[in-house]
Amino acid sequence: MNANILNSLVAIFAAGLVTLACRATPFILFGSGRIPPFLDYLQRAMPPIVMTVLVFNSYKMLFPKGPSWNFAASPMDALALLLPGVIAALLQFWKRNALLSIVGATALHMIMTRLA
Amino acid sequence: MTRSALFRFAFRTTIPVLLGYSTIGLAYGLLLATSGLPWWLAPLSSVVIYAGAAQFMSIPLLVGGAGVAEIAILTFLVNARHLVYGLSLIKPFGEAKRVRPYLVYALTDETYGLLTTVKAPEGASGAAFYGLVSALDQSYWVLGSLVGAVAGSLVPASWTAGMDFALTALFIVLLVEQIKSSPKAAPYLVALAASIIALAIAGPDRLLVIAIVLAMVGMLALKPLLDRGAKNGSGSASGAEREESHGEGRA
Repeated sequence: MNANILNSLVAIFAAGLVTLACRATPFILFGSGRIPPFLDYLQRAMPPIVMTVLVFNSYKMLFPKGPSWNFAASPMDALALLLPGVIAALLQFWKRNALLSIVGATALHMIMTRLA
Repeated sequence: MTRSALFRFAFRTTIPVLLGYSTIGLAYGLLLATSGLPWWLAPLSSVVIYAGAAQFMSIPLLVGGAGVAEIAILTFLVNARHLVYGLSLIKPFGEAKRVRPYLVYALTDETYGLLTTVKAPEGASGAAFYGLVSALDQSYWVLGSLVGAVAGSLVPASWTAGMDFALTALFIVLLVEQIKSSPKAAPYLVALAASIIALAIAGPDRLLVIAIVLAMVGMLALKPLLDRGAKNGSGSASGAEREESHGEGRA
């Protein structure tokens, strides 16, 4: 086992500890007592916030990159990301079948990126 | 509800994550194995770290022999959003004494999305449902990364290109479900504004953390306004509001 693999192993366990610490912090701080009112208010707002940010994060490549206003995605790339996304949202609103929404949108995305 | 009925319900709940995790896990394993690292680091990372973005990020760092501290700090930046995820689940996880450590360890973006959106079925224990959903989700991720790593360079990457859109579609589906169950517009609009500001000031790489922090600050700033809007009918506690200091021993 060379030094690089040993370093990788230590780094992976360090990253695992950091991740676990992040996930456990709210439970350790507030797990046994009542949540302070402002945090209770905040935790109810968190799922909408996180989902909105995660969706936005999936589309960040559509925005201009840096001060040069270069777009990372070509118009066709952008369409191949946006149209399946809209289809996924519409399908989910109407049918509420997550499998259909996700498989349909992903298939459409893969077809569009191959035709581009 | 019988155990097998609960399992079927939990499995159906996790099917979107099955699609996302198995394909992204596969991509992760492929990437790791084809970048010159030993294949077994992929399933190991999926058990030890179990955080997709951090694991993808770690591949070039591990290949380049980056220091442990550097990888730990970057992992913290990528995963800092988890500092607040648990807040929504303290009460639901409270009843799950035995499995709680596992639930906390396995709380990824997608599992968080499922557990805060889908309710346990009538007559089933919340702890069992949460445990099943979390364990199924992780099994997809670990198996996906294992298969991807072993397959190595056997499958041309051009076949699987674009499959990772399944995760984007999953987030959209979860957002739609969130809007249906919690239709007040304020947190969504605040989060959208925070995302745009975060992208402008911090760039795409730090977007997640900065946007979530900004949105939290924004929602706290708007609290007096929103409270006034929803004054009537909120179940405010009884007159004797006891001052409770958290963290004091109550077994």
